[in-house]
This record gives sequence, C-alpha cells and structure tokens, in this order.
Amino acid sequence: MNHPILMATLLLAPFVGFLINGLRYKRHSANLAGVIATTAVVISFISAILLVVDLVGLPPETRVISVKFFEWISVASLKINAGFVLDPVSAIMILVITGVGSLIHLFSIGYMHHDAGAAKYFAYLNLFLFNMLILVLGDSLPVMFVGWEGVGLCSYLLIGFWFTDDQKAAAGMKAFVTNRVGDAAFLLGMFILFLSFGTLTFSEINQLAPTDPTLAWMNPVTLGTLFLFIGATGKSAQIPLYVWLPDAMAGPTPVSALIHAATMVTAGVYMIVRLNPLFLAAPNTMMIIAIIGALTVLLGATIGMTQWDIKKVLAYSTVSQLGYMFLACGVGAFGAAMFHLMTHAFFKALMFLGSGSVIHAMHEEQDIRKMGGLKKYLPITHWTFFFGWVAIIGLPPFAGFFSKDEILAFAFFSPLGHEALWAVGALGATLTAFYMTRLMALTFWGKSRVPKDTHPHESPPTMSIPLIVLGVLSIVGGWIGIPHVIGAILPGHPENFLEHWLHHSIKPIPGLTPFDVTTEWVLMGVSVTLAICSAFVAYHMYVQAPQKPEKVAKAIGPVYKVIYNKYFVDEAYFAGIINPLVKASKGLWYYIDVNFIDKTTYVISDVVRGGGSLVRSLQNGNIQVYAMYISLGLVATLLFLLVR
Amino acid sequence: MLSTDLFTQIGLGHYLVLSALLFCCGMAGVLLRRNAIVLLMSIELMLNAVNVSFVAFSRYLGQQEGQIMVFFVMTIAAAEAAVGLALAVSIFKRFREVNIRYFEHLKG
Amino acid sequence: MLLSAVVFLPMLFALIVALWPNQRTLRPLALGFALIEFALSLGIFYYFDPSSSALQLVERYPWIERFGITYFFGIDGISLWLVILTTFLTPVALLGAWKSIEERVRGFLACVFILEAAMLGTFLAMDAVFFYLFWELSLVPMYFMIGIWGGARRIYATVKFFIFTMVGSVLMLVAIIYMMFLTAEAFGTMSASLLDFYRLDIPFISGQFLSPQTLMFSAFALAFAIKVPVFPLHTWLPDAHVEAPTPGSVILAGVMLKMGTYGFMRWVMPVFPEATVHYAWFFMLIGVIGIIYGALVAMVQPDIKKLVAYSSVSHMGYILIGLFALNEFGVTGGLYQMLNHGISTGALFLLVGMIYERTHSREISRYGGLAGVLPFFTIAFFIVTLSSIAVPMTNGFIGEFLILLGAFQANSVWGYFAVSGVVLGAVYMLWMFKRVFFGPQGELVKDEHHPLHDLSVREMFVLAPMIVLVFWMGLYPSFFLNYSKASLDHFVKNQAHYELAIQSGKEVAQ
Repeated sequence: MNHPILMATLLLAPFVGFLINGLRYKRHSANLAGVIATTAVVISFISAILLVVDLVGLPPETRVISVKFFEWISVASLKINAGFVLDPVSAIMILVITGVGSLIHLFSIGYMHHDAGAAKYFAYLNLFLFNMLILVLGDSLPVMFVGWEGVGLCSYLLIGFWFTDDQKAAAGMKAFVTNRVGDAAFLLGMFILFLSFGTLTFSEINQLAPTDPTLAWMNPVTLGTLFLFIGATGKSAQIPLYVWLPDAMAGPTPVSALIHAATMVTAGVYMIVRLNPLFLAAPNTMMIIAIIGALTVLLGATIGMTQWDIKKVLAYSTVSQLGYMFLACGVGAFGAAMFHLMTHAFFKALMFLGSGSVIHAMHEEQDIRKMGGLKKYLPITHWTFFFGWVAIIGLPPFAGFFSKDEILAFAFFSPLGHEALWAVGALGATLTAFYMTRLMALTFWGKSRVPKDTHPHESPPTMSIPLIVLGVLSIVGGWIGIPHVIGAILPGHPENFLEHWLHHSIKPIPGLTPFDVTTEWVLMGVSVTLAICSAFVAYHMYVQAPQKPEKVAKAIGPVYKVIYNKYFVDEAYFAGIINPLVKASKGLWYYIDVNFIDKTTYVISDVVRGGGSLVRSLQNGNIQVYAMYISLGLVATLLFLLVR
Repeated sequence: MLSTDLFTQIGLGHYLVLSALLFCCGMAGVLLRRNAIVLLMSIELMLNAVNVSFVAFSRYLGQQEGQIMVFFVMTIAAAEAAVGLALAVSIFKRFREVNIRYFEHLKG
Repeated sequence: MLLSAVVFLPMLFALIVALWPNQRTLRPLALGFALIEFALSLGIFYYFDPSSSALQLVERYPWIERFGITYFFGIDGISLWLVILTTFLTPVALLGAWKSIEERVRGFLACVFILEAAMLGTFLAMDAVFFYLFWELSLVPMYFMIGIWGGARRIYATVKFFIFTMVGSVLMLVAIIYMMFLTAEAFGTMSASLLDFYRLDIPFISGQFLSPQTLMFSAFALAFAIKVPVFPLHTWLPDAHVEAPTPGSVILAGVMLKMGTYGFMRWVMPVFPEATVHYAWFFMLIGVIGIIYGALVAMVQPDIKKLVAYSSVSHMGYILIGLFALNEFGVTGGLYQMLNHGISTGALFLLVGMIYERTHSREISRYGGLAGVLPFFTIAFFIVTLSSIAVPMTNGFIGEFLILLGAFQANSVWGYFAVSGVVLGAVYMLWMFKRVFFGPQGELVKDEHHPLHDLSVREMFVLAPMIVLVFWMGLYPSFFLNYSKASLDHFVKNQAHYELAIQSGKEVAQ
C-alpha cells in the first residue's frame, strides 16, 4: 500500500478513536469504549508493521520512508512541513508504542470497566498515542515538539483523571508545569539550532552537524544540545526535573505503564538518539548527559529502596532506568540507549501492569506493607511479574541483562566514558536488584499481611493476556541485541541484530576501539554477581528475617530519613522557588500595581485637582471682586506700558 | 499732549487729569461700597469722567465725534440708572436696605 | 466603496437599532446586522490581492483641503485580518451576551455598533486626522459600555480608562499636527496622509531626546503603549475588564488592545525608522517585563476575570517584543499573536461571562470541581486555556513560537527571558483551572438551590467558531499568513525607508 495512506492510518487511527470516544463519551459503556480504543490502536499497530515491513525491504543505506502532508509553518527562511519520517530508529519506537500500547489498551478494558469515566479515559489514551506517534515520526524538531507537548498534555489529563481528588489534580499540574520548564529549554534549543543551521529538520541538522567536536561552551552546537537536553530532563524525568514522575503515579495504573514507563518518558532519549551526530559534536553536553544520567541512576535507585507504595517504587525505578539510557547517550552508545529503551518498555510496562493487577486485586490498596504472599492468589500476575523482575535486575539471558550490560560496557570502553561511570552504573544495578527483590518479596512472597476483609483475586483475561505477552517479551526481548562476546560462544553465532539494524542511523563514536574481550567478560561477571548477591541480601532481609530492615534503617537513621523523604527535593523546590515566587507575585501586585502605579496616577490627578481648586477660589461669583481684577489688570497694563 | 506751562494755561492735560481723578473716585466707589445706590452713583461718576475726556479730546482735536459720543453715554447712563434704581427700589422694598448682597436673591 | 461601506454600515445599524420600536426583536435584529457586517467584510477577500504589499481598495477624497486632510481608506495585509477579527468578534460578543445585558438593551447595542465602526475606521484610515477621529471615537462607546452596564466600581474604572487613554491620545494629536507642518515644509503643501508621513525624513539625532523624531516617536508610542497596554501603563486594564460587561470585555481585549499594537506597526515603526531601531531595546525590555510581570501578577489574582486581564498584559508583551524584534519571524508572530489573542482571550472572557451568569461570582476560591458538573463548559474552557498557554496545534503556539524565535534572533537575551513566559503562562492558567474545575466541589458548585446548567445551544454556537479557529489557526496558519505575507515582508525589508504604494488596477466596481 502506498506510504502516505499507511502513515496517515498509523497516525490518525488513534485520533479517530479519540474523537469517537471523546464526543460521545457519556453514551458509551466502558467496554464499548475500550473496544473502540483498542481497535484503533491495533489498526495503528498493523499499519506500523506494514510500514516497517516496507522499510525492511529498502536497501540499508536509504532506509527511510518520508511523507509530507502539508506545509505547516512557512515564514521567511523557516519552513516546517507536517512531514513524518520512518527510519530504523523511529521504526523501533512505533512498534513499541503501538505494540505495547495495544496491550495496555487491552489491559485497561479490564482495569477500567467499572469506572464511570472509562470512555473519557480511553479517549485520552488514544489522544496520547496520537501525540506520541507525532513525536516519534515528526521529521523536524517543531513537529516533534507538537507531539512533545501533546503527550505532556495527555499525561496531565490522565494523571489528573480522577480530578475530584485535589492531590491528583495537583500532581497533573505539577507534571505539566515541570515539563513546561523543559519545554521552554527545548524551544531555546530549537532557536539556537535554527539560527546557526538555518533548518530544523532532523536530516538536515544531522547533515550539517560539524564533524569535529567542539569543546567551546558558548558554541551554538554545545548550547543548543544542552538546552535540548534540559528539555529532555523534563520529559524523561532526569535530575533536576524528575520530581513530577513519582507524583504522576496518581493516574490510573495502565497510564503509568504506558506513559510513565514505556513511551512518553523515553521521548528525551529518543530525541537525543535522533540527533546523535549533533550531540556527538558537543562533547561537553555529552559529558553532562552522562553525569546527569549516572546521578539519576543512583538517585532513583536509592529512593526506590525506601518507598512503601508499590507504584512509587516502580516510578523511582523508572527514573533510575531512564538514567541508564541517558548514561548510554552520554557515552555515545545511542544504540544501547535505544536497546534499553525497548527492553525497559517491555519489562517496566509489564511490572506496572502487574502492579495494576495487584492493586485491582487488593481493592485499590497500594501499600506493600499490607501485601505479601500474594503469589498463591495471583499466580499469573506473580509469574509474569517474576520475569519482569529477572529482566530488570539483569539476570542473563533475560531482556534487561543484554541492554544494561551493553550500556555498562560502553560506559567503560567508550572514549566518552569513564571507569567511574561504569562503577556508578554497576552500583545502580546492585541497588536495582535490591529494591526490586524487596518489592517482589514484600508483595508476592513471604507471609501474607493482607487485611482480613480483602480477598485478592486473579484478574480477568483481558488483563492477564497483556501480562503474559509482555512477560514473554521480557524474556526474549533482549535477544535481538546479543553482544559479540556472547554471540561468539553461542551456537550459530547469532549476530547483534539491533546494531546491524541501526547501523546507518547512528553515527559511530569517534575513536572507539573494539572492546577487550577479557575485560568485557570480567565487567559482565562483576555486575551480574553484584546484582545476584544484592538480590539474595534483599531476599534474606525481607523474607527470611523481616525484622532486619527496620534495624538497618535505625542504624543509618538520618541517612535513611533523607532518602525516605526523597532527599527533600520537593520541599526544597517549594521553599526555594515556588513559595518565594508566589509571595513575590503577591508583592508585585500589591506594591507595584496597586500601590505604586495606581498611587502615582492618583498623585497626578490630585495635583490637577489641587491646582483646579486653587484657581476656583478666584471665581467666587462676587462681581465686585471681578471688577477688582479688571481694574488691577488695567493698572498692570498701564504700568507695563509706562515702564516699557 | 500735555502742555508745558501747566500753571499758566488750562489745557488738555488738566481735563485729562480731572477725568482720571473722577474715574478713580468712581472706581473706588464701585469696588468698595456695598450700597446699590452709591454703586450706581459711582458708575455714573466713572461714565462722566469718560465724558469729560471725550469732550476735552473733541475740543483738542477739533472734531465732533467725541461730543456725539457724550450724548450716547449720557443716554445709556440714564437708561442704566433707570433700570438700576428700579432694582434698587424693589430690593429696598423687600429688605429695607439696598446692600448689593441682596441681589443674590435674584437668582432663580 | 467597499471599505466605506464596511466602516459606516455599523453606524447606520446603530441608528436603526437606536430607533427600533420593538424591544423583543432588538437582539435578533442586532445579531443579524452584525452578521451582515461580517459577511460584507468577507467580501474584501474577493477584491484583495494577497501577492501585493500595496495599499488596496483605496478610497481617497479631499476633505479639508487647506490642511491636506483627506477622507482616506485603504487596506493591506497588516490590517486585513484585524478588520476581519473585528467584524467576527462583534456578532460573537453579541450572541455571547444575549442575556448578560438586561437593561437599556437598545443603547447597548447602539454602542456596540458605533464601537465596531470606530475600530474598523481606526484599522482602515490612512489619514492621520481621520485616523485620530476614529481612534478617539472608539473611546466614547466603550466609556458608556463600562460606565452604564458595568459592575459595582464602574465609574472608577471608566474614569481611569478614559483618562489613561486620553493622556496618550492628546500627545499623539500634538504630534500629528507637528507632522503636518513638517509635510508642509518638506513637500510645499500640508498633508495629513500617512503615505506622506512615510516619505518624510524627520531629523534624528541619536542619544538626544529632544530631536524631533524622538519626540514625535515618543508621543505616538506613548499613545499606543497605553492602549496596548505596556507594563507600567497597564493598570487601567484590569479595572476596566473587571467592571466591563462581558461583550465589553470581549471587544476590549479582543480588538481594542490591538489598536495599540496595530498603531505601532502602522504609525510608529515605519514613520520613525531611526528612532524605532534606536529605542527598540527599550520596548523589548518593557515587553519582556510585561510578559513576566503580567504572568506573575495573574498567578495570584483571586478573581478569574482579573486573572484573564493580567494574562492579557502578558500576552500583549509578547506581541510587543515580536514587533520590536524587527525581523520577519517576530513581526509575523506579532501580527499572528494579535489575532490569537483576540480569539483566545475573547473566548476566555466569554466563558468567564457564562459562568458568571450562572453563579454571579468570579472568585476563584468559591469554585472547585466544576468539571464534574459542567463537562462541556469544561472542555471548551480547557481548549481555550490550551490556546492561551500556546500548546502546539492551537493558534497560540504559532504566534508564540515565531515571536520567541524573532526575539531570540534580535538578541538572544530577550529570548532567554521571554521564554520564561512559556512556563509562567502554564502556571497561572493551569493553577486557576485546577482550582476552578478540579478538586472537591466548591460552595458555588454544590449549591443545591441553584443547580448549574451546562452550555446551552446558544452558548455552544458562540464557542464553536472560536474553537474551530483555535485549531484551524494552529494547524494551518499558512491560510492566514499568506494574505499578510507580502505586506509583512515589505514591512520588514524596507523598515528603514518604508513606503506604501497604492494598488490601482483591481479597483472595486462602484
């Protein structure tokens, strides 16, 4: 079929779903709305597959399908088309988005079936996918920005979905505003790039990107990429703008799976990969990206160790895993970043859906202290969650292992990397293994702490099928990117398919030497061993000796408190930025507007009025006084004539 | 023009000085007095001061117009006195006094 | 003939409405008239040549020949959309205010039509004195609209509004007269034509405030800056808006403020090119201050209408920096933002008016949880909010993007500061939205004696065109910009020596 039609179907199917559900939302039953929405996404998924099949058929060097619908903005030299481009990078993304998206829609049918606003929910979800596809397929930064803000908007709507709860509405607003900070930086990045390159189209920017890296800070490439990266920290929840993501868990759980784990939050990573030649030309930015990524890995993982809300743990885990992706980008391993993005989409979506299933079963209870031993009530959820767990802690041969390991290897070997970055990554992996095991143990294993009146039950098939599919993907998803060292010892020597696929879309890191095989094996061994040991420790602490965690927490008292309270970052933002701003605004209004400007104008009017009353006394209506003025005037005139 | 020998011959200057003095007297009356009758008399005085200078100039310049003007002024003054006195009488009938502040009561 | 008809037809309507005997048919009649006027203004497109930057559909007759004052109408790509905006917003405002004006309807409708005529005249007049006439005329009906049909503090608001604007106008009049003497000096005959003003070479001494060009520039700029309104001169606006009846607010925010920015584009920047370039930094500065200051103050307003009014200050700041960026992006964005602001703020005032009609309160703290009670109203409000905070695919984004790009190109410092408005805009609008529509139901919302009703059919008819425009202008701006492109190109490229030709060929069939 021809590409514009397929592309239009891909993009517009969810939009049509949104319109149908959105315009008639009161008259739809939840199930009908769910079916409509899911069908829309499946149609999108099928078009995506057809498009990707066509893409595969093209020769590797020119593997691009681009479609231009109409001219969007055209002012002077700024020409932006409503143009969409499918290349190997965006192909991965659209498959993940529509594929995982379909599963999550399916899951939502079961999850939302008793919610009165289900049709509205599905409408928003479809709108989200529409925007996400625009983000991914857009052929220029502004078109990407359309989707970029659009997904933020849908995220806002979905986080605040149960808007009668003030806190949930506030969480939505926080997400939007925090994202907006990033978006403002994104705009600046666009301006800088446009004014130095004269274009905002990805392909042209990448062509024009200087081949020699520049070390200057005030260079447009460095500045532009830096601002774009700040934009990415907003969308992808990195330091310092990650604060919205944990709060975003206020939304329905499938939303967290789709938006806040699998798709939207990876937009920042995707954007950097899209512009990889440009970012490679700015080593300073790359360094900052790597450092921020590494710090975020640690931040998310440490906070994740202390949280009691099942979704909050997963949220901080997402923050941490996104940190890995940025770490990968920062050391130039864009392929690895995409790889981890994909595997993470599988296992994190799986775990979020699994947590949704748990929450559903526990009648909206999210506190893991009130769970435990759910394994026997929720076998499917448990086993699928289990595969998510082995994937995220990086056990071979599950999905997370390959992608995380590739990132760590690049962090070590890349000329843009550093041993310290590797160490932070490995430490992060250790912590990840700990908090994920803790989550597993507290939720599914050990003794049951479920309140007496709650009777957990396994979810309906619409919910378990997506879990199973994602579980399988968490197992096999990593096999498309088997590293060379492992491939070499496996039967049939499977090659790194992903690397091959992305070969023409990603610029190699300048000065990268082939990895030293022995060192790579050692590094791999170290990180896996650390993770396994840490998982055992966690298992011991939370299943075998449940009193220990408290003791440890007490032993490291203040440190625990700081971490438990998320390093007081929210409080710091409130005390340092938000409250002073509100106070200052009130001050501006009261002192400048009401008191200064208005009072100044009053002064002017008072002067006029005072002058008037002064002159008024001259006109008192007494004719003799007037006569006096006349005579005085006469005398004055005479005197004047005389003196002259 | 003022004549040089002021004391030997009565010239234009004398008349003008007289006129000015009369005018000042009248003006002082208009400005200072509150009695309507006195006011009217003062106005009369001022008008007549003007008349004196009209006549003096008429004689000095040898033209008739000044004297014609005098008749005009006298006529106007008579008319004005008639109206003014009538008002004064009606004020007096009402308030037993002809202070001009009672004229304020004229306004509607 | 067409432009004269467009300008003076509303005057005729005002007369008819004022004398119409039947009270009941008054409103439909007025709405019909406003629609006729809108249709008539659309007729301009038929004769308008978008590829030309010249002044089109010109009508020029001598009026007071001794002083070179002419009856002079003309339209080009800059004024075209503003005219359409005016004629479009008038019926919308009338229909939106169907019920909000209960007393002296006749007088009110007459005021609306006179105001419409005056605003159209302002946008179309090409003769300084003629322009000034319409400029001042527009004050009078607005004065009555606020003063008679306004809220509790209406007298205070009207007087403030009137005095603020008069101060600027009077100086402008002096400047106009001075300019006319300059034309007499330069060309031998006195002329008040704008085209002759463009041809003047007014002496400019940089750094010296008393040089003629700087003085004239300041006089004009002050008049327009008050109207816009620019940061320290903006305090009349919130008061006027809060006291004005809904249609008054819609027209005031939607069109009247644009008279200021239009004035800058038409009467200041091309007439005083050196002074414009020399003092552009100052206007950029107060524009940026306006953006940030307006947004911050809007954030803490307890009254919805005042919040929207302060948001206007912020948005008009964008327009100002767009224009004074003096490059294609900024100027195009500035013009586009004028239209956007007309649509989005107009719609916001309509919506605020609708909710006020239901609850008789504008206090944010008394609302809450409206979304559950009035779903359609919420959707409409949300879409307009999106337009106001410039989310892509809505009209606001195109304008803001171009303006910020233009400002950034002019001097990146302005870009860095102005971009903070993007964040602050989202903060104040969404915070208000959250407090009014989300959360537990507020005292006004759960009042069982007065259950709230969702949008009526009439109200949907009012909002539908606005919402369509929000997306149309956001998704396909080329349609709108193509008509203005030639004029704006010409405007930017010839800023130093701007001249406006008169299109002769395609004259309107008389």
